Amino acid sequence: MSAGFPILTTILVAPVLGALAIVLLPREARQTVKYVAAFAMGTALMLALYCYFAYDFVRGGMQFTESVPWVPELGVTYAMGVDGLSLPMVLLTALIGFSAVFSSWGTEERVKEFFVLLLLLLIAGVVGTFLTRDLFIFLLFYELVVIPIYILVILWGSSKRVTKEYAGMKLTIYLLVGSAFLLVGVLALYIQAYPPGERTFLMEGLAAAAALGHLPESFQVPVFFLLLLGFGSLISMWPFHSWSPDGYAGAPTAVSMIHAGVLKKIGGYGLIRLGIAVLPLGAKYWAPAIAALGVVNVLYAAFIAISQRDLKYVVGYSSVSHMGFVLIGIAALNVVGISGAVANMFAHGVMSALFFALIGYLYGQTHTRNMDELGGLAHQMPYAATGLMLAGMASLGLPGLISFVPEFTIFVGAFARFPVLSVLAVAGIVLTALYTLRLLANVLFGPRQVRFDHLPDTGGPALVPLVVLGAVLVVFGVFPALLMKMAGSGVAPLAAILDGIALAARMGGGL
Amino acid sequence: MDLSLLTTEIVTVALACFVVALDLLMPAGEPRRALGYLTLLGLAGIFVHAFTQYGLNASLYGGMFRVDDYAVFFKQVFLAAYMLTILFSVRTADGFAPYTGEFYGLMLFSLAGMMVMASANDLVTLFVGMELMTITFFVLVGFNLGDGKSSEAGVKYLILGAASTAVLLYGMSLIYGYTGTVVLPEIAARLSASPAALVGIVFFLAGFAFKIAAVPFGMWVPDVYEGAPVPITALLAMASKAASFAVLTRVFLTAFADAPYNWPLIIAWLAAASMIAGNLAAILQTNVKRLLAYSSIAQAGYLLTGLVAAGPDGVKGIIFYTALYVFASAGAFAVVAAVRDETGSDDIAAYRGLARSSPLLAAAMTVALLSMAGIPPLAGFVGKLYLFLAVLEKGWFWLALLGFVMSMVSVYYYLLVVKAMYLGEPAGAPTADGCAALRWAALASLALTVLCGVYPTPLAALASRVAQNFFQ
Repeated sequence: MSAGFPILTTILVAPVLGALAIVLLPREARQTVKYVAAFAMGTALMLALYCYFAYDFVRGGMQFTESVPWVPELGVTYAMGVDGLSLPMVLLTALIGFSAVFSSWGTEERVKEFFVLLLLLLIAGVVGTFLTRDLFIFLLFYELVVIPIYILVILWGSSKRVTKEYAGMKLTIYLLVGSAFLLVGVLALYIQAYPPGERTFLMEGLAAAAALGHLPESFQVPVFFLLLLGFGSLISMWPFHSWSPDGYAGAPTAVSMIHAGVLKKIGGYGLIRLGIAVLPLGAKYWAPAIAALGVVNVLYAAFIAISQRDLKYVVGYSSVSHMGFVLIGIAALNVVGISGAVANMFAHGVMSALFFALIGYLYGQTHTRNMDELGGLAHQMPYAATGLMLAGMASLGLPGLISFVPEFTIFVGAFARFPVLSVLAVAGIVLTALYTLRLLANVLFGPRQVRFDHLPDTGGPALVPLVVLGAVLVVFGVFPALLMKMAGSGVAPLAAILDGIALAARMGGGL
Repeated sequence: MDLSLLTTEIVTVALACFVVALDLLMPAGEPRRALGYLTLLGLAGIFVHAFTQYGLNASLYGGMFRVDDYAVFFKQVFLAAYMLTILFSVRTADGFAPYTGEFYGLMLFSLAGMMVMASANDLVTLFVGMELMTITFFVLVGFNLGDGKSSEAGVKYLILGAASTAVLLYGMSLIYGYTGTVVLPEIAARLSASPAALVGIVFFLAGFAFKIAAVPFGMWVPDVYEGAPVPITALLAMASKAASFAVLTRVFLTAFADAPYNWPLIIAWLAAASMIAGNLAAILQTNVKRLLAYSSIAQAGYLLTGLVAAGPDGVKGIIFYTALYVFASAGAFAVVAAVRDETGSDDIAAYRGLARSSPLLAAAMTVALLSMAGIPPLAGFVGKLYLFLAVLEKGWFWLALLGFVMSMVSVYYYLLVVKAMYLGEPAGAPTADGCAALRWAALASLALTVLCGVYPTPLAALASRVAQNFFQ
């Protein structure tokens, strides 16, 4: 397949080319900038959709592969390829990236720089982490996105409860220090896997080393811990979660969408792709801890979300809470639980992006994010209200919307392994319903308030995220097989690995 | 004896004399920028000529002076540092009239000293080269005549430098007294366990730890960096550090390689202390020159990890990182010079709104700082990867972890500068844009830093080859 059209590189390069085109535009061409951005992301989205639906389930494995030696001396390869694990993430990035452009349509200040940073560095970097099969390139893309986010937050963010400078710095330092642990773990893995001269950063090469027995358990356990610190802080695992609500609150809408929607998912993706596939014994050892922390995530964040009045904080803590489900699914270490986790990452991504897009819109109109100051907006903004209802219902796992089947799958997988913890986590759904329904009721319903009468409903560009993401919520909810089949095919190769560690040790005897 | 091996040194000294003489002949009061460009041109010629010296691997004066790939590479690094510095200092140098000619002349003499250091294969030659470098720097640090801070910096550097030289000499004398030779390979052959040898090695290390600004011997760095003229600060940070690392690596890997002491452990502690203290102290700074001074202490810590690894991989890491540290620092100091020339201040506040008045300089500064922090895809990331891979390979797990964590901590204070440049509004007064030459220096630094990060293979391949020097 490597001889064909390099479709994955095109997905990566489309936003970069768009950004280069924007750089060359004159500063006054504020509308053109937005059209170019939309066109670039539209191209990426179309190609991602094509890949998603052209993926050959019969053959499975990595498809659309490309491979060019990059730094041969270190064993770094520019290797692209997608499978059932990464395709949902690629599609998610493209969907949210496309929507984020339209959510930013109202940007007034430094329009050109905003779209260049947003498109060139952020979206291309995020999508790159999911497209590559090489660990080095993965890290490169991951760290590449951190600095643009910082600049986006401090320049275009908002200072409501925390200043945007504080939010941006907190976000950046948490993620970078997490990545320091990750880097050491990855380098130790790289050195241990093969003797000098044969070394490689290719993920399948490292997984092969594990299969050959080059990575003993005494090595896997500490290294997995390092990876867990890195990926865990990215997926906002308790107690490394506190950057997430503050960061989202300070960030501009598009950044919140991309950050909550996709960037966080790099953590879960990395834990599966690297943690389970390459270090299964380490994963097995730490699984009880991951599950327990996952439950803490679910319950603790849900309780905090209940007491929040700021919409962005509610959704921020809600996303921390939802990531708990993903962690529990991963910790189940069976095919069912992991495929549920993958699907749930996709589902949560779409839903939280829609949430942030609409909150951004409401804030832009009403200039408040405080629940108590809003109310009855369904009268003035029926479209926005529909969108918020969709996102909210998906968030509490209503059947027929995207989250129901993934969450259900996670519990089926996890119950077999951690019955008590699973029951506790299910209780989290009740709390989710509590804060979500209260948010919707406070903001959308109640008597009509005259002071909001002059506000327009979402329309024009602002309607695009609502339509695109809302449609995904419904379509993937009605046809869950679209998502579950893909996730299942991505996780299927792990079955052999998971069988192989059936007898391996777990910390504390497995709680 | 083949004197053509000495071409680089001879031409450098000749160029220095020529510049000083020309300065005397030029009518007083006429602008002296031509001298700067002439120096630049001469250095470029020497730089190109140095390529022909790769692969010679010859010795002079009975093995006291080596022209091997390692020495040639470091000479090119110094030349690159000086060329970039001269590019961004022509305007600063105008301010030194009527001593502009002497300024360039002294710079060239210090360069000649560094070149001798890179090639020195015995303790005496090494010492002569080092003194030539250090004594010219004593003068250059205090070159801002009439500026109290500059004079203070000069005196501080003189006194502390002299003290560190005394320690170094004492160490050398012990080693000589014990082994009866000053030639490095012969020392290696005769060194065995004894208290004298141990004290000698430790004193030698302490003397050079002063030069590379490692904690706790780098106390002088913030004050001297702050007081010295910007181009000299830049040279102290880049070239002087690189030259001292060239010596340190050569001596430890030839003369002391088989010494029956666990010297990597001592160096590991030095490295750890420098990384921690440098990065933490930098957080509190509000002056960009002092911030870069503490950052340069931290950078010395990263570089020392390569020496801890004590093998081809470690040397390769040092070589690679030194080169790209020069590229990045040149960009950062070019911007410091521009802001200093324009506003007369080095405070972070003076950088407010730089992104609006000069997008190029702001971008160059951002890229340079983030490269020092080790953020991909910039060169610093690959450099740190080589360094920390080398120590990890030798089992120094904690050192690599500390290195990565402290690198990420450093992002905090680098971002403070970035924030000021992008977020603040210009403070009213016309903000810096620098002269054309300065912008070229910034652009070159930016391009090299990005290029070496995205496609490190050519430089890494050269570094790999050069690193084999001590291990054949």
